[in-house]
Amino acid sequence: MNFEFSDEQKFIQEQARAFLGDKCTAAQVREVLESDLTHHAGLWQQVIELGWPATAIPEEYGGLGLGYLELCVLAEEIGRSLLPAPVSSSIYLATEAIKLAGTEEQKRAWLPRLAAGEITGTVAFAELDASIHKGQVAVEVAGGKISGCKQPVADATLADFAVVAARDIAADNFSLYLLDLSAEGVTRSGVDSLDPSRPLGKLELKQAPVELLGGAGEGAVTIDRLLNGAAILLAFEQVGGAEAALNMAREYTTGRYAFGRPVASFQAIKHKLADMFVAIELARANAYYGAWALSTESPELPLAAATARVSATEAAWEATKENIQAHGGMGFTWEFDCHLYYRRAQHLALLLGGQRVWKNRLVEQLKPAASNSHTL
Amino acid sequence: MDFNDSKEQAEFRAEVRAWLELNANRRADEVQIMRGQEGGYERAKAWYKKVADAGYACLAWPKEYGGAGLSQIHQVIWSQEVADFDTADGYFVIGIGNCGPAVQAFAPEEVKRDLLPKMASAEHVWCQLFSEPAAGSDVAGLRTRAEFDGDKWLLNGQKIWTSGAQHSDYGVVLTRTDPGVSKYRGLTLFMIDLKQPGVEVKPIKQMDGGRHFNEVFFNDAVVPDAYRLGEVGGGWGGALHVLMNERMAISGVQPNGFAQFLHFCQHTEVDGERVIDDPVVADRLASWYARDAGLRNANWRMLTAIAGGGVPGAEASLGKLVGAVMNQEIANFSVDYYNEAGAIMDDTVNVLEGHFQRSVLFSPGIRLAGGTDEIMRNIIAEQVLGLPQEPRVDKGIPFNEIPTGS
Ligand SMILES: Cc1cc2nc3c(=O)[nH]c(=O)nc-3n(C[C@H](O)[C@H](O)[C@H](O)COP(=O)(O)OP(=O)(O)OC[C@H]3O[C@@H](n4cnc5c(N)ncnc54)[C@H](O)[C@@H]3O)c2cc1C
Repeated sequence: MNFEFSDEQKFIQEQARAFLGDKCTAAQVREVLESDLTHHAGLWQQVIELGWPATAIPEEYGGLGLGYLELCVLAEEIGRSLLPAPVSSSIYLATEAIKLAGTEEQKRAWLPRLAAGEITGTVAFAELDASIHKGQVAVEVAGGKISGCKQPVADATLADFAVVAARDIAADNFSLYLLDLSAEGVTRSGVDSLDPSRPLGKLELKQAPVELLGGAGEGAVTIDRLLNGAAILLAFEQVGGAEAALNMAREYTTGRYAFGRPVASFQAIKHKLADMFVAIELARANAYYGAWALSTESPELPLAAATARVSATEAAWEATKENIQAHGGMGFTWEFDCHLYYRRAQHLALLLGGQRVWKNRLVEQLKPAASNSHTL
Repeated sequence: MDFNDSKEQAEFRAEVRAWLELNANRRADEVQIMRGQEGGYERAKAWYKKVADAGYACLAWPKEYGGAGLSQIHQVIWSQEVADFDTADGYFVIGIGNCGPAVQAFAPEEVKRDLLPKMASAEHVWCQLFSEPAAGSDVAGLRTRAEFDGDKWLLNGQKIWTSGAQHSDYGVVLTRTDPGVSKYRGLTLFMIDLKQPGVEVKPIKQMDGGRHFNEVFFNDAVVPDAYRLGEVGGGWGGALHVLMNERMAISGVQPNGFAQFLHFCQHTEVDGERVIDDPVVADRLASWYARDAGLRNANWRMLTAIAGGGVPGAEASLGKLVGAVMNQEIANFSVDYYNEAGAIMDDTVNVLEGHFQRSVLFSPGIRLAGGTDEIMRNIIAEQVLGLPQEPRVDKGIPFNEIPTGS
């Protein structure tokens, strides 16, 4: 058994941590948070040069041919530094969708450009009045043209293309479609959100041309697999962010004096920080297990993904809200960075559906196939 | 036990209701929703003047101080009735609820007759200037100096987190008059006129984007000796008086999120199903209902004690603790319920015009304001349960010898 990342993977992580620690501080996050910018273009350019978007793309499509484990260690650092860039939309979701469901031709058309950072993509699954998690999709495709409204869509105003879930008007199921966001019939706009450093938006579609991605009617199956993978990568971001919040709390309460002693010396604060640590360690262990399941395409992936997500969401909530609490009044100010982590934790917790969705997904995996239960 | 109004109380309730029907508008929203508060201050002042002119301001205060000379129960009846109407008086809670009682208890008679009626009618708005950059939970560790200068006091130093200071005319300010004695004994409490050159107010931006609280700087700010509340060196007793009344004042108005959550559960459908029919929601709803009811009923018990001439004890801390924590949990749960769309902040998209999204961002402040969760637990443990204090390094030595970490 070896439940640890390799030395090479750890090296990638250390490099990423050093780079982001230096270049992606709260000041860069705030540049996006406090403006209408779609992302931090300078940082994103450097991330491209470091090859991060290419990490898990096979070499034959212009990628680095590394795997999910490498992506996981990067995700943890991205979460720690709150990188304000289209990582989850483009790298964890859109790129993966094409890898997973694209034809050879589609892969050749899109993956090399994604790997080189020439374009970014996003996914448009959610709708306000239909729940993708219950198999509901209202946006429709007829004769190769798509119409309807998708909201919220991460990085909607930045991405070059979107992978859209839509219903073929004739069919009783739904499929995924590739949509060029500069095409006629696409109107996109930003929407305000809890974490403007990872902007959300909406797509209003009127007879915009689309191309099928994957088999007709296979939308649900592909999305299911995509969400599992993305849940694990997001769990690493959540763990990284939660750990950064814990470190902030540790540093602040050690230096802050009340009643003649550091507030960290009060047991109430020690227990608070210990609880944060425990939640983070459980989440980290579950994220590692998820990384293994994802990298080996294990049959346990659905359970591992839901487990990683449920505990990472809990840990991030706990750590980011109690970090504010540990800072006292300072934690409630705009000026202090506590709220950046708190906002990001909300964003990540909701992006692929909230706790109810993921707890259900988890419990689905625990239901025995055959019923030989005792009756009470 | 009897929850019915007495004949006299029922008459008063009918009178109040009739007056409100004529003079205020019923609330359009079925529950109170957090919104941006543009123009709210002017509206609140105008409303309160109307209330005062009609004789309904500060019902339990003596008439000579601008009150109606009635009882605390009358005040409760008023609060219950006014809750159905679209009115705003949140700006005045700190003055009337926290500062007013201390002024009544400690100020010289002529000062009371001069200042209290204007506080009661909200012509003057007041704030509470206790916390400092280096003294929040440990407010007795404050450093703002007050020095006697011939015939007046001169204040120098800085306060922080002062809610409403930007709207305030006066404040109750806790200062250090003797750094050479133990921290609790070197404090003196004053009233201060904030509209003077020695006072500078700078709003602080909160994590939710609002600006309710402020930094307040004193630079030789002048305070007449007649504005001293209690003895020189006796400020801690006065401060406790203010804090005790604060707990009572906020126990009625502090949001705990429940009313909005109940409304959401009862009146929202997701996928054609009422939210309240979802078993996961039902489980939470029942727990939160029981906590909310517990708070309400505990508040009744407290009011009964007060009506009988008692003072709110340290038990009042539990309302602050329970309500603030549950408020944040409810906000998070409700936002999560909407999955991806929960992250959107758009009044037209979100249920209750984005109330829960705003609450996610504001609720952390409520767990801090008026004493943090941790301090509330310490108060309950030490003052209610009588548990021993942790060893104290700041007691029995002069203030200026207490470790500060810098
Ligand atoms: C929205 C808002 C409005 C406010 N309005 C006012 C106002 O109008 N007037 C005013 O004077 N003040 C006001 N305050 C200030 C408020 O009272 C203080 O923020 C609060 O008392 C905490 O003090 P602090 O910020 O210095 O935090 P600190 O005291 O530095 O606390 C930091 C952390 O240490 C913990 N801690 C401290 N001591 C102990 C202990 N002994 N045991 C265990 N844990 C401990 C705290 O719980 C907290 O988690 C307001 C604050 C907020 C957020």
